[in-house]
Amino acid sequence: MKTNIIISFGLISFILLLFYFGLNNKNKYETSDLVGKKLSSFELKSLDEKNVFNSNTLEKNTFTLINFWASWCAPCRKEHEYLMLLKKKTGLKILGVNFKDRKENALEFLQTLGNPYYLLAKDHDGRSSVNFGIYGIPESLLIDNELNVIKKFIGPINFDNYKEIVKIINNK
Amino acid sequence: MLNNIGNLLIFLSIAVSILIIYFSIHSLKEKKKTINKKLFNLSLWQTTFTLTSFFALIIGFILSDFSLITVFQNSHSLKPLFYKITATWGNHEGSLLLWINVLVIFSFLFLVFNKDAEKKYRIYTLISQNVLIIGFFLFLFFNSNPFDLVVPTPKQGLGLNPILQDPALAIHPPLLYIGFVGSSIYFSAAIGSLLSSYEGRNFAKSIKPWVIVSWSFQTLGILVGSIWAYYELGWGGFWFWDPVENASLMPWFVMTALIHSLVVLQKRESLYSWVIILCLSAFTLSVTGTFLVRSGILNSVHTFANDPSRGLYILVFLSLMIFTALTIFFIKYKKENYSFNTNSKETYILVNNWFMAFYLITILIGTTYPIFTEALVNIKISVGPPFYNIVIIPLVVPFLFIMALAPKVKWISNKFKSSMNFFSIIALAILLNALIIYYLEPYSFLTNLIITSSIFLIIYSLLDLVNIIRKKNNFDLPRILSHLGFGFLVFFIGLNHSYSVDQDFNLKEGEKKEFENYVINFKSLNYEQYKNYKAVIGEFDLLNKKNLKQETLFPEIRIYNQPKTLTYEASIRTGLGHDLYLTMSNISRSEFYNIKFQKKPFMIWIWFSAIMISTGGFVRLFKNEN
Repeated sequence: MKTNIIISFGLISFILLLFYFGLNNKNKYETSDLVGKKLSSFELKSLDEKNVFNSNTLEKNTFTLINFWASWCAPCRKEHEYLMLLKKKTGLKILGVNFKDRKENALEFLQTLGNPYYLLAKDHDGRSSVNFGIYGIPESLLIDNELNVIKKFIGPINFDNYKEIVKIINNK
Repeated sequence: MLNNIGNLLIFLSIAVSILIIYFSIHSLKEKKKTINKKLFNLSLWQTTFTLTSFFALIIGFILSDFSLITVFQNSHSLKPLFYKITATWGNHEGSLLLWINVLVIFSFLFLVFNKDAEKKYRIYTLISQNVLIIGFFLFLFFNSNPFDLVVPTPKQGLGLNPILQDPALAIHPPLLYIGFVGSSIYFSAAIGSLLSSYEGRNFAKSIKPWVIVSWSFQTLGILVGSIWAYYELGWGGFWFWDPVENASLMPWFVMTALIHSLVVLQKRESLYSWVIILCLSAFTLSVTGTFLVRSGILNSVHTFANDPSRGLYILVFLSLMIFTALTIFFIKYKKENYSFNTNSKETYILVNNWFMAFYLITILIGTTYPIFTEALVNIKISVGPPFYNIVIIPLVVPFLFIMALAPKVKWISNKFKSSMNFFSIIALAILLNALIIYYLEPYSFLTNLIITSSIFLIIYSLLDLVNIIRKKNNFDLPRILSHLGFGFLVFFIGLNHSYSVDQDFNLKEGEKKEFENYVINFKSLNYEQYKNYKAVIGEFDLLNKKNLKQETLFPEIRIYNQPKTLTYEASIRTGLGHDLYLTMSNISRSEFYNIKFQKKPFMIWIWFSAIMISTGGFVRLFKNEN
């Protein structure tokens, strides 16, 4: 009887523990090691398709926040107020990369909620974003004028992230 | 508005569940032999609140109230009303609310329909079920609340995934949920039985209808899921050993074993502990399946959006459930002495259970192995059909023989009266198999064995059927229907597998392709605009050179707007003998289309066999056993 108890509890605990480790196994898409590294040169088309931006464009700014978003993404709505706040309070240059979206929906989204971006780029098929190590949206990269990634935000930017960004900008 | 109503109703349901537990504990101390009316009323209120919350969500979908996050993410104002309604359970949050509704309804019905059972047993069952209800409600409320708000309210929703916009898929989750969430009630009843020592025949009698209900619905749910995969996924298959399919199949094996073991408990007052283990396992495996599907731990065509926090909650809840149940089981465990005669019905039923356990373990290992290798050695692998086919299929052969013979065996001790019958039926099965090969085409050695053994089961079951009609005693009808259905299922799957024709080629408009007995003519391409999608429709003439029969098929490529998705709609011509199945997909920067043609024999009979299996369960429910 005792053996039965030990075997059943042991086996079930083993399975549950493995489930737990499986759940925490995030190395599938881990891109946080981008932080501290320099962005490789890139080229992006503007949302209205009239201009092309590249890495040189961003070298003029002390800091740039590259924000990946879409009108269909619910958490993007949540973070939008903080992006607006960043633009208003700090004048931070934010490059918005519109991800797998329709142009008219994207523009309507910005018309309703405000436009925090100084440049708007599009990534219609999501291919360019992959080069930035993006696997879902919203995600944002804070870079300096040498294109070094200072911070990466996976998921919507919240009030704490906002404070963190303000602190980094002010310290420089 | 709806968000407040929904949250209030969920809050009230949780409050009533706590009250039920409180008054149930109180009622255990009372000497009265009947259950306090207050508990019935509370259960009725609980059911009303929970059901109303679900209706509130449905109304949110009908009115396209995009302030609710679930509606925003899964619906669109232009969607047809039917799919607005079914979108309610076509997502994680809404389906979780449906899950809780089934828990609550079963709790109420069990209380109402078990008046003959002992009070203590019913009360403990009620407490256990309400602990489950509260657990899932808390999960819903704090982690997956369908009534959460999106601020500011979006003008338009994101739309329901087009592949979920299908009638079969609309009814698939409710059927499946009655099946595997229904198993919660005998999980609770098993705890109730252990704590109240309400055992043996009476216990078996009290849970049997619930096991049969959940098993029958589970069977139908799996069937409808397969039909959907066949029509919608465009691969021409109906079972892919996908983790989610496996998750629905595992509890089914346990339920099947349980149905059989319950008969032994009822007739011979034996196998009590085993029955308890099965009762506990069925729901535990259902929750494990939910964990695997909803945590994003496994990749599958069905997985919901990846969210580890969701997975962690289910995992903690699952662990608590298992360890509490196991602890109660071991504390209350009483050693039983089995003295079964080798040649008796109870032994054969045990053998059935071994087979079920074997299938279950195989699928459990296959499904969870990728998680283990990734967690332990960080290697990503996926376990596919070859593993299941190699391990499971050979054992189907002895299983079919036992399924045919076991019902004939008597309880306690049996003597084979005549082996003549047995050998003549085997001979007949071999002969029929040979005739199939003679008139059609030969197949592999293993398929020969499978087809022969399935014919053996079919003949045996048909003889049983004739027998009961002659004797006018149809008590055994449900069992015969299910066994006959299973025989047909294996038989038709075997033939379907062996005689399917599969051709893959590229064609452009106006071109022809000849192969085997067929000529396919790509006649034209047409474009049409529908309410929520654009369609590119191909017109193909299919000529059978043998009988000069011509059919026209219209496969489609659909371009949905909300969300923007391409789907490939197969054109299927269903016949009694075979289905003709055609899909087309575009090849980028080319005028050619990739055409996939399949001839799938006896598809309709595969569906029919599965319906027959579950019909057996439903008929049993309406049959008075005495």
